[in-house]
Amino acid sequence: MTLLRQALLVAGKDLRIEARSRVALNQVLPFAGIVLLLFAFALDPDRGILPRVAPGLFWVAVLLAGLLAISRAFAVEGENGVRDALRLSGLDGAAVFCGKALAVAAQLLALEVVLGIGVVVLYDLHLHNPLVVVLASLAATAGLAAAGTVYGVLAAGLRVRETLFPLLVLPVVAPVMLGATRAWEAALSGAPSEAWPWVQLLAVFGVIYTTMGWLAFGPLLEET
Amino acid sequence: MQKFWTRRGTAVLGGLTVVSLAVLVVLGLFVSDPDFQQGDAVRLMYLHVPAAWISYLAYGVTSLASALYLWKRTRAQVWDTLAGASAEIGVLFTGLTLALGSLWGRPVWNVWWAWDARIVSTAVLFFLYLGYLALRKVPAESAVRARRCSIAALVAFVDVPVVHFSVEWWRTLHQKGTVFNRELNPSIQGNLAWALLSGVVAFTFLYLYLLERRYRLALLEEAVEGRELDAAIAERRAEAEAVPGARGVPERVV
Repeated sequence: MTLLRQALLVAGKDLRIEARSRVALNQVLPFAGIVLLLFAFALDPDRGILPRVAPGLFWVAVLLAGLLAISRAFAVEGENGVRDALRLSGLDGAAVFCGKALAVAAQLLALEVVLGIGVVVLYDLHLHNPLVVVLASLAATAGLAAAGTVYGVLAAGLRVRETLFPLLVLPVVAPVMLGATRAWEAALSGAPSEAWPWVQLLAVFGVIYTTMGWLAFGPLLEET
Repeated sequence: MQKFWTRRGTAVLGGLTVVSLAVLVVLGLFVSDPDFQQGDAVRLMYLHVPAAWISYLAYGVTSLASALYLWKRTRAQVWDTLAGASAEIGVLFTGLTLALGSLWGRPVWNVWWAWDARIVSTAVLFFLYLGYLALRKVPAESAVRARRCSIAALVAFVDVPVVHFSVEWWRTLHQKGTVFNRELNPSIQGNLAWALLSGVVAFTFLYLYLLERRYRLALLEEAVEGRELDAAIAERRAEAEAVPGARGVPERVV
């Protein structure tokens, strides 16, 4: 079985669990929605601040809701000894990593689409240069999913995982959030040439974090 | 003999630390002239710069020790212990760097905090390794913890340049010529340079001394843990034997 096929198997399993349990749909998405509302409460919507800071708010909302989605992706491994089953399945550690990261990325992308509609509707944001916006989001999602998956497996199974996981992962994904926000800002303000360096930087982050996960995931899955 | 040497070595290291810190106090507070721009605030630099240097050194040692642990040929528990000890000192000195820099910034820049690339990346670094220390505190079997923490330390190490570049870009793309450029003034000279150098030397000795102490303490902690476990097992055994009819009770009692 090729690595790709193994990865797709794991991703399919995770997405199927998600489709059946609907935790992301019923809990994570509404959470992201209320975060958008809270931002509007914190920053007076009548003074025109919201459209200006919308890219940053969007990515913070993605990050916060994404943390929940990633925790959930590893919570399903904790039940019924799935972690042991995964280890015994003979799947390559790198393939398991890619599969889990793919499933997380798919959920993050869905989250971004919904939140994107949310900021357009609620914050009156005009989407200029959609190609740059989409590419930046894809690159950022790859980085978030890869880094999140590495720390997700690291924290999975620990008694303090709910509190430790955000502390571990947020400093690591801070550069991704920074790059994605700047790229969006540049694209939306009609200066796509300024966005390209950020998109490239995001792509480099994606490659770095994916390589890290590729190497580290197997040993981390084996340990406990 | 070994014990004697380490005790002697620690004492020598401690002595060097105290002497070099005393030299730093004299040079920094009395001999050094005030800077023509920063005034007396420049004296904070004799602590701030060495503290920053020590935090980089400490994280370097943590990463190296973690890599040595992960490499099968050099795998030994001591590397993990060393990595943890060094990271703790690194976090302490990163915190000091930020606090001292803030104290210095208030009189010189008129702000406690500036969104300068280096300041922001140092702050992210601080949280990155705080997370690492939190991970170390999670109870686990020592081999499991060592592997987990070594990987986390290397991931953090890889992340340092990532954070640095992104923040550097962010600040240079948005505001040209940050305040920090002036601080990189290469024309530092005379007694100011000597004071700074003595600060670096003193803090390096201090780091080595603290590292040695922390490392020994960690070894003692591990030993105590092992002993407590043995004692607990022995206690349970004794309890079981005290109960009549329990396994291991001699037949003739009945």
